[in-house]
Amino acid sequence: MSKKPFAITLGVGTSLANKTGSWRVERPVYVDRLPPCNNACPAGENIQGWLYEAEEGNYEAAWRLLMTANPLPAIMGRACFHPCETSCNRAQIDEAVGINAVERFLGDQAIEEGWRVPVVAEPSGRRVLVVGSGPAGLSAAYHLRLAGHEVEIHEAAPLPGGMLRYGIPAYRLPRDVVEAEIDRIVQMDVRLVLNSRIERVSDAMAQGGFDAAFVGIGAQRGKHPDIPSGDAAKVLDAVSMLHGFEDGEAPVLGRRVVVYGGGDTAMDAARTAQRLGATETIVVYRRTRDHMPAHDEEVLDAQAEGVQMRWLSTVARADGGRLTIEKMVLNDKGVAEPTGEFEDLEADSLVLALGQDTDLSLVGDWSEVVTTGGVVNVDVSQMTGRAGVFAGGDASSSPTGERTVTAAVGHGARAAAAIDAWLAGGVFEPVAERPLATVERLNSWYYADAPRTMRPHLEAIRRRSNFDEVVGGLTAEDALFEARRCMSCGNCFECDNCFGVCPDNAVIKLGPGLRYEFNLDYCKGCGICAKECPCGAIDMVPEHR
Amino acid sequence: MASERTPVRFYQVGSFAVGNRLVALEQRSAQSDPERANSLTSGHRACAGCGEALGARYALDAAMRATEGRLVAVNATGCLEVFSTPYPETSWRIAWLHSLFANASSVATGVAAGLRAKGRSDVRVVAQGGDGGTADIGFGSLSGMFERNDDVLFICYDNEGYMNTGVQRSGTTPGAARTATTQVVGPHPGNVFGQGKDMPRIAMAHEIPYVATATVADLFDLESKVERAMAHHGARYLHILVPCPLGWGALSSDTIRLARLAHETGIFPVFEAEHGEVTSSLAIRRRTPVEEYLRPQRRFAHLFDKHGEVSAPEVVAKLQALCDRNIERYGLSKEEGQ
Amino acid sequence: MQRQIEGSQAIAQTVAMCRPQVVCAYPISPQTHIIEELGAMVKKGELADCEYINVDSEMAAMSVAIGASAVGARAFTATASQGLLYMIEAVYNAAGLGLPVVMTLANRAIGAPINIWNDHTDAMAVRDAGWVQLFAETNQEAVDLHILAFALAEELSVPVMVCVDGFILTHSIERVDMPEQEQVDRLVPPFEPRQMLDPDDPVSIGAMVGPEAFTEVRYLAQVRMHRALDVIPELAGRNAEVLGRPATGLLHPYRTADADVVVVAMGSVLGTIKDVADDLRESGIRVGVLGISCFRPFPVEQVREALAGAKTIVVVEKAFSIGYGGILSTDIAMALSGQTVPIHTIVAGLGGRPVWAASLRKLFVDAHEGRLAETVFCDLNTGLVEAELERMAISRRSGPPAENVLRDLAGKSGLN
Repeated sequence: MSKKPFAITLGVGTSLANKTGSWRVERPVYVDRLPPCNNACPAGENIQGWLYEAEEGNYEAAWRLLMTANPLPAIMGRACFHPCETSCNRAQIDEAVGINAVERFLGDQAIEEGWRVPVVAEPSGRRVLVVGSGPAGLSAAYHLRLAGHEVEIHEAAPLPGGMLRYGIPAYRLPRDVVEAEIDRIVQMDVRLVLNSRIERVSDAMAQGGFDAAFVGIGAQRGKHPDIPSGDAAKVLDAVSMLHGFEDGEAPVLGRRVVVYGGGDTAMDAARTAQRLGATETIVVYRRTRDHMPAHDEEVLDAQAEGVQMRWLSTVARADGGRLTIEKMVLNDKGVAEPTGEFEDLEADSLVLALGQDTDLSLVGDWSEVVTTGGVVNVDVSQMTGRAGVFAGGDASSSPTGERTVTAAVGHGARAAAAIDAWLAGGVFEPVAERPLATVERLNSWYYADAPRTMRPHLEAIRRRSNFDEVVGGLTAEDALFEARRCMSCGNCFECDNCFGVCPDNAVIKLGPGLRYEFNLDYCKGCGICAKECPCGAIDMVPEHR
Repeated sequence: MASERTPVRFYQVGSFAVGNRLVALEQRSAQSDPERANSLTSGHRACAGCGEALGARYALDAAMRATEGRLVAVNATGCLEVFSTPYPETSWRIAWLHSLFANASSVATGVAAGLRAKGRSDVRVVAQGGDGGTADIGFGSLSGMFERNDDVLFICYDNEGYMNTGVQRSGTTPGAARTATTQVVGPHPGNVFGQGKDMPRIAMAHEIPYVATATVADLFDLESKVERAMAHHGARYLHILVPCPLGWGALSSDTIRLARLAHETGIFPVFEAEHGEVTSSLAIRRRTPVEEYLRPQRRFAHLFDKHGEVSAPEVVAKLQALCDRNIERYGLSKEEGQ
Repeated sequence: MQRQIEGSQAIAQTVAMCRPQVVCAYPISPQTHIIEELGAMVKKGELADCEYINVDSEMAAMSVAIGASAVGARAFTATASQGLLYMIEAVYNAAGLGLPVVMTLANRAIGAPINIWNDHTDAMAVRDAGWVQLFAETNQEAVDLHILAFALAEELSVPVMVCVDGFILTHSIERVDMPEQEQVDRLVPPFEPRQMLDPDDPVSIGAMVGPEAFTEVRYLAQVRMHRALDVIPELAGRNAEVLGRPATGLLHPYRTADADVVVVAMGSVLGTIKDVADDLRESGIRVGVLGISCFRPFPVEQVREALAGAKTIVVVEKAFSIGYGGILSTDIAMALSGQTVPIHTIVAGLGGRPVWAASLRKLFVDAHEGRLAETVFCDLNTGLVEAELERMAISRRSGPPAENVLRDLAGKSGLN
């Protein structure tokens, strides 16, 4: 076959000589966009990234990636109200990916397997004081330690954890989990000093030879508004109640308990009261369900456990065994206004869950440290008005506007990065965010419709009698399944679609983990790859010749 | 709990994407293989976004996989032939023969007969052409090939018109569609409504071993049909819908999307049949009104006003009725997973 | 072995001895007996390793042959008349692709009016298609030319058409010296294709060629066809050697050496013409005959040489180009360009009309005496055509000429 008939018979594949790329007016470009889950995570986790690892069953790799942002996954997998899931693009297709459950699974795996994060950075010789061992302080300490700094945590309480221990009931967050994750941080050569109340940060820094400080003392004081009360009235605040209970001083509340307030703490207090033997627990809230700051899950769980709700009501007066309630109405702006109508409510005790504030006297000697509304003002790097003194968690203003455990972890991490920069004489530069991977960019047809794996809930009736953990964990199989529901929004996950759908074979597959490359010699710029990319990781950009 | 959820028959994405790093190699599509045959390689002169170029590579790569490379392809005259083999370059990497417009199936019969006579029955034969070379000018030859049950898989790449010659009407052009010979003028703009040539059903009437339809929007379905076709001997027919950006007046990036909509509206039923009986159909996952399929195509622009609202409801209703009939006839509205 | 045998049978059995691997069959008179016989032989197992395919049209027949040939299988089919025209696109295609298909053409007239009888109009319709066209004078020659055809086609990678007068040869039973299988095997070696579709060494056959190379492709086809003018005599020589009888090559001249009048023709009519020539020689008119066996490629040099001494040339043709005249005559004129010898065309035997020796004798004498018109329609019924011409002149709606002529004919014989 050396001599083929002229012109009519041709040698195979010779069209490679024809570079059709010259036809192109637009070229495809691979992009990595910011998935909405990552964008929503107050702790700054690369959720899409660690789910990608978990999808293949690489749980340890997933956990290690997770740990680059958040040192408390087992805790966060329980206590976080997971704004990532609220913003998950999959929610618009079937149901959000159960990110929180997978996080908890990974955290529990790590505890079970004894995974540790090694400190590989060279010792910096710098010392940082962390005040408070709540989520903000623990997070700051962990990240500072990873950066090679010497860290000392001072905790006023006899046990570490702050609100993790004293604010969140054990049925939501078992204490062995809290201890395991704190212990893992302490094992990184973080010095934890308990029963050590710092009266003045300035003195402590001078005495301890600290180069910088992080204040993460939380908001441990329940607010006590001025409610007229009779002598026999039993009135206490939710924070003290939960704290006392944790310290083994179970308060005597009686059979009929009224909790006043509408936040998560109110729900925690009401559910704890139920567990302490109350037969009738009523949450009194001045506005309506829609306006309640408590997370839906908490409200639903409380109601499932028999907690009753009384909307549009304020407590006007407390007496022994009885409360006077004033009915409210919402005006057209959604603000509750009194009606002047009153009624009585039987109650053995009144638990106030109307917010907390912070004792900021420890920075009171620094005039440059400004406080507003009971919290320390910080800039975007979590630094207070005093150079080298940072603050985070409930004790500080929140750059993200959130006041949750997760936000506190994020504050601690950001502060640690800023302290590290400050100690090196630099300035903390927040990472420029990538453009968002919006749901419109997805080609959801490629994602099969699968329902979310529900975390098995304990029977509601069982929850009332004890402080066992209410929400169960995922099995490994469930976790894998759940992780694989991630659509990897805006980030290539090597599905081969671009490689397959190109009519011109102009996509080169580089091999596992290496993604793809466009062969611009042949790409005609049709744009099918971009439109058929399931996760929206290809942009078409004009060709300038 | 496990029993309440969909079985894990897919991973991060379902089995709808071309590949999947999470499944075993043999479960991935032929197209995901970096060593795939690339039967039709780069440098061909098809328009940007050509559905036929894509469909041909999908189908022939699958056939090459199924036959372990022992394949000869015969091509009717048409776009596919013209854009793939202009002297001095060919984009084919397989043994390939083009003779004429009307005779691809007969030539393939001859190829199969010649191979058999030479004791090379291990080499399998595919004939392919567009809708003109299948339903119109090539119809007699194809029917003869069916009737004799020659050992050939005939693949029709249906883009619903004579695109190579500048978009004229063919026997598979849908009602109301604009072509150069069914212009948008007069009281009944676009193509007349007739029965068209329902090639898959005509093929089925020959009671040949295997008939199937597919689109370029569902690669796994398409590949499985090629594989099934190659597992049979005798005459087999595969009808693949391949949107044509030029002829349909669509964005080059919309080729797969339109094929998907064709299936999901029911205007192009995807099914398979053996010996004249329908044996399975591909359920619609997200049932969609036909106007969603029509709107992105300029050949149907006269059915919409400038705001994209339907302006010819009676025509759209006729097309919707065709969709509904297909859905009923082929049982396309089954729940997913059945 | 000498046998009394029908022409079609003789051809079929000879083709079978050439061991075709694919035979595609579509019935059309008068070639049908050939493919029927081959079908029976395949079915009986007498023709082994052969795929016999009943196709759906002549277009399919030639297409199947193309496909088979493209994978290196020896392919044969047969057709006639309308069938040839129906497959004409594929006829050109087989030649363009250089596929050595062999086809028997049982020559027959082309309609309308539909007519199943013999003339050469069908063969003339494809003379430019790129096929070798060989014309048989007798069934013996038909047998020998088929053997030559397979060898020639595969040697040159060109398709070959063996033209055999429909009915006159195909359906006549006469004595034929049938070859032995062993002899045919020596003359037709196994097919070694110049190009082939092979998955192990793939090529693309049938590219689209534009203005930049189309002329060159055609030029090369011309060169290849011209090679046949050398190869045919070689093969004919081998045929003669193996078969032990004179074999037909490009031409066969008969008593031309001293002829004043040379009559040129193709096919079975040559027999009648030779008888007339013999007869005229007895009357003192030196008539010779030149039979053209190979019409395409046209052996220009050899024809010029064979006609060198002629003072008058008469071409007897079973076809003509409507609006012009003789077709073979034109080729003869080209071969003799620059010479002044008169060339007359006698159109004879159209649509199966018998070619009478007496009619030819008269016309040859006229030619010899210099009173033959340039183009003559042998035995034309002038009364009939004049009546029709008159009708057409009188009335616009004169009706279909063929039917009118038939009616006149019937009237004259008292049938109407």
